[in-house]
Amino acid sequence: MTSDKSFFDFISNGLPGPELREDADNAILPARQLAFSRFRALGLPSVKTEEWRYTNIQRFLKDSFSLAQEEGTITAEQLKTVNTKIPQLDSYTAVLVNGRLQIALSKLPAEGKITISKLSDAANNTQLQLWFDKHPHLQQQPFAALNAALFADGLFIEAGQNASLDKPLHIIHIYTTAENAFIQPRHLLVLHKGATLEIVESSVGMNETAIAFVNSVTEIILEENAELWHYNLQSSEKNSRHIYHTSTVQKADSRYHHFNFTLPSAELTRNNLSVALTGSNTETNLHGLYLATDEQHVDNHTFVDHLVPNCNSNELYKGVLLDNSNGVFTGKIHVHQDAQKTNAFQQNNNLLMSEKASINSQPQLEIYADDVKCSHGFTVGRFSEESLFYLRSRGIGEEAAKTLLVNAFAFDITDQVHIPALQDFLSEKIRKYVSGAINN
Amino acid sequence: MLTIKNLHAEVDGKKILKGINLEIKRGEMHAIMGPNGSGKSSLSSVLAGRENYTVTEGEVIFEGKNLLDLSPENRAREGIFLAFQYPVEIPGVSNLNFLKTALNEIRTYHGLAPIEAKEFLKLTKEKQQLVDFNANLMNRSLNEGFSGGEKKRNEVFQLAMLDPKLAILDETDSGLDIDALRIVAAGVNKLRSADKAFMVITHYQRLLDYIVPDFVHVLYDGRIVKTGNKELALELEEKGYDWLKEEVHQKESV
Repeated sequence: MTSDKSFFDFISNGLPGPELREDADNAILPARQLAFSRFRALGLPSVKTEEWRYTNIQRFLKDSFSLAQEEGTITAEQLKTVNTKIPQLDSYTAVLVNGRLQIALSKLPAEGKITISKLSDAANNTQLQLWFDKHPHLQQQPFAALNAALFADGLFIEAGQNASLDKPLHIIHIYTTAENAFIQPRHLLVLHKGATLEIVESSVGMNETAIAFVNSVTEIILEENAELWHYNLQSSEKNSRHIYHTSTVQKADSRYHHFNFTLPSAELTRNNLSVALTGSNTETNLHGLYLATDEQHVDNHTFVDHLVPNCNSNELYKGVLLDNSNGVFTGKIHVHQDAQKTNAFQQNNNLLMSEKASINSQPQLEIYADDVKCSHGFTVGRFSEESLFYLRSRGIGEEAAKTLLVNAFAFDITDQVHIPALQDFLSEKIRKYVSGAINN
Repeated sequence: MLTIKNLHAEVDGKKILKGINLEIKRGEMHAIMGPNGSGKSSLSSVLAGRENYTVTEGEVIFEGKNLLDLSPENRAREGIFLAFQYPVEIPGVSNLNFLKTALNEIRTYHGLAPIEAKEFLKLTKEKQQLVDFNANLMNRSLNEGFSGGEKKRNEVFQLAMLDPKLAILDETDSGLDIDALRIVAAGVNKLRSADKAFMVITHYQRLLDYIVPDFVHVLYDGRIVKTGNKELALELEEKGYDWLKEEVHQKESV
């Protein structure tokens, strides 16, 4: 299914529909077909599309990519060499290669109230039927529609009532391909009433030359009083490009704590994070830390949809931009007319560490209720010379001083991480990339 | 230990230091006094290596090395410590982590291994008691939300921890009430030793009631115009600076 033409032309014009897939007879085929027509109608975005103004996606699609989504295999030996390891992290693991769960390589919790399986094995699960591609915010997203139509497989997690695990689940996404490939994983997480989970996701490519373009969708349903800690660690290597959609529905009294950590070196990372608050008394904490080097382009689009009264959302995204990197932040908060007593806060702070780095940030607040507390803020700055001098005057070299200051800048975010091993991992990464950029 | 010869410096093209000569030996306590804008703080900034100052003439030799060739961090590693007039608040950097990093960077420079965690804690406790620094502030972010007195005490605590050869105290007494002043001065006095030198920059004689100097220098218009012993400080307290300014201008007109 490759083409000599650019992939952009290929999927704009000659794309075959979902009925051609070998698993075309499954229960969600009608939904896939709907999504496919939606994708056809939406078309691929350009810089004239408001949502893609600062991310020229065509530039990243001009190579040719295979849509075959090969299984891809890795051995247990190879798994040891991938750099997704978080030292000291005591967790269960779910290893996915090109979106497919590898039971033999994983360390899943014993069967109980929590089901972890391939999405394809859950084809007849009522939850999948109920929720697949239903999230309202996915409807206008062309890449999400393309994913729904043509995804290969993904993870299905269902946590029963009041279920919980004794340690975090680390989901390791590995992408490996011999030729340029457009890989589309799709995941669904359902936490039933009172369930609690802690999930760490990390992504890594194992390609030396071929480019992996990953267009991933994760749908999350938090039923009443469920709580999810969700850490997403993005540290793929250079020849990978990522579009992530994470769309969450929160019912009454649920709590969602999401963290996006975008680190070097994927060329493109576009995060579309959206949360629909459909029940009252929810808590939503969205934290983001992006640290970009080289020519990296990191785009965070977030959307918090306050549909009902008495919900709290709090969003803090911080960026450290080095070298020639570009950052984009668009944070939308929509407070509907009924959503009285909403508290919604948003903040985006950026530290530019190079003359050539840049950031485009735009808050978008739409507030239709009158009894609410909402605020937003944006800052961009460079190092405080006075702080730097203070540290240096104590014998701390420029490199160590800057590392301390970047860690200090990121502290508001890293301090919210509840897993010490992950905190250590992040501060070590910050040290590595900051000193790398200084020594360049 | 420190020899300053004919030091000229400017900031943003404005001449601030106009030929400073000063010799400081081990064990000595030097006080630098002078009216506002005379160049006292600029002298400390130039010695510590603040980058917006340009030295246009003269030299500074510290322990046989040309100080002006060194980066701010290497000056500190060679044994110069500047207690800031306005210590910087750095949210997110803990006091302890900051001190440990500083200590280890200095040790690495001298070819020593990083300090053991246990040894570091012991040292911290000892010095914190020595200068009466509140232990509760140790784990807090560096100077964040500290009162004026706590910040100055933290400077003296850092001084105790890093154990420099030459400590420059830039208006450490400013903004302190009399009790805080006594505590800070007592801390400094405990750190005095035969192989350490101090340069204390102050506006008022008050501090010198507690820290008794061996020499008092008066800085005016970028030059040292008078040097004496502690009696000179008392005289300045009584008569102010105007008589000195007149003396300088008379000399110039002659």
